[in-house]
Amino acid sequence: MIIYGTALLAICHLVGLYLGDLLGAAIGVKANVGGVGIAMLMLITIRLWLHDRGLLPKETEAGVGFWGAMYIPVVVAMAAQQNVVAALRGGPVALISAVLAAAACACCIALLSRTGDHEPLPPLPEELTDEPESVRMSASH
Amino acid sequence: MTQSFTQMFESVLLHNGLVTAFATVGIVMWVSSQLSRRLTRGRLHASAIAIMIGLGLAYYGGVVTGKEKGMADFALFSGIGLMGGAMLRDFAIVATAFEVQVREARKAGLVGVVSLLLGTLIPFVVGACVARAFGYDDAISMTTIGAGAVTYIVGPVTGAALGASSDVMALSIATGLVKAIIVMVGTPFAAKFMGLNNPRAAMVFGGLAGTVSGVSAGLAATDRRLVPYGALVATFHTGLGCLLGPSVLYLATKAIVG
Repeated sequence: MIIYGTALLAICHLVGLYLGDLLGAAIGVKANVGGVGIAMLMLITIRLWLHDRGLLPKETEAGVGFWGAMYIPVVVAMAAQQNVVAALRGGPVALISAVLAAAACACCIALLSRTGDHEPLPPLPEELTDEPESVRMSASH
Repeated sequence: MTQSFTQMFESVLLHNGLVTAFATVGIVMWVSSQLSRRLTRGRLHASAIAIMIGLGLAYYGGVVTGKEKGMADFALFSGIGLMGGAMLRDFAIVATAFEVQVREARKAGLVGVVSLLLGTLIPFVVGACVARAFGYDDAISMTTIGAGAVTYIVGPVTGAALGASSDVMALSIATGLVKAIIVMVGTPFAAKFMGLNNPRAAMVFGGLAGTVSGVSAGLAATDRRLVPYGALVATFHTGLGCLLGPSVLYLATKAIVG
């Protein structure tokens, strides 16, 4: 049943946040330390465990998949409730951090990709570029 | 009729806040995908456009109501507060972990791990320093903005966990968003400089560029065959960032700044 998937997700979420709070309390930080990350790791582990035992029917997967696909819309809603007015008063922080961060990373990529095996792929034959649905507008951000 | 037709319609929207939010966001997503396809030929991912529209609406809401919660301050759109609130946001992010294929992940190997770590650390340090330079010198704000430089999800998740103020949260998202756009749009141009013509480089790119939509769109516009390699490593980015942001990175920042 589809609710099994959603409930699985919910349990991982709750346990993960709880462990994150415990971790935060343990190191003396009044914050949740990596709760979301812990929940993600739990979900991955449990999913593998269930999958290997054939206990993951398509419906259960759909119960999680739907919420994963809701990720971007939820982020859009999140963006729509931010205090952008105050942020803009903060000046060009966002622009400058982003540009510098992107530039620093690009240089790292350039460096790392010149190490190790960097045999280029054979050139692609010329294809049509019009493929509207090929870049999945789905769960991943 | 004691109420006009519009008043009755408004009443329905008001009493079904979350449902109204679903409809609103759905329409925004559709408009964004049209803009993405027709105006930018898919170069700028629909999700990035949608988030920009979201931030724009938040600005409009803030200006009109004079309050702090963007669109959610309009009674009609209060459901946006729930749909984009911490609970559903974290819930949806955790759900995305479901798609991770661990066996595939092992193929990324050491270079994937190294680039993931660098891709979390470097933008964080840059973001936190810039934040400091602009006067945000408390550990929470610096960490939140630094986390935003990692991705536009890691930023607010970290900020929420640490109790950052809403304007810092908005800056965090904005930073991540600008970075995602730079990655999306700039990757094909910088591909040669970055040596982006083989799977290994794509994995390095995925780890360092981070944002999955940025990486997928950027690689798709460079060489479509590289997309899965980049996206695979990039999917770990959010999880790693969300794990390290409010913990190790915050504590390190706090230790340095006090």
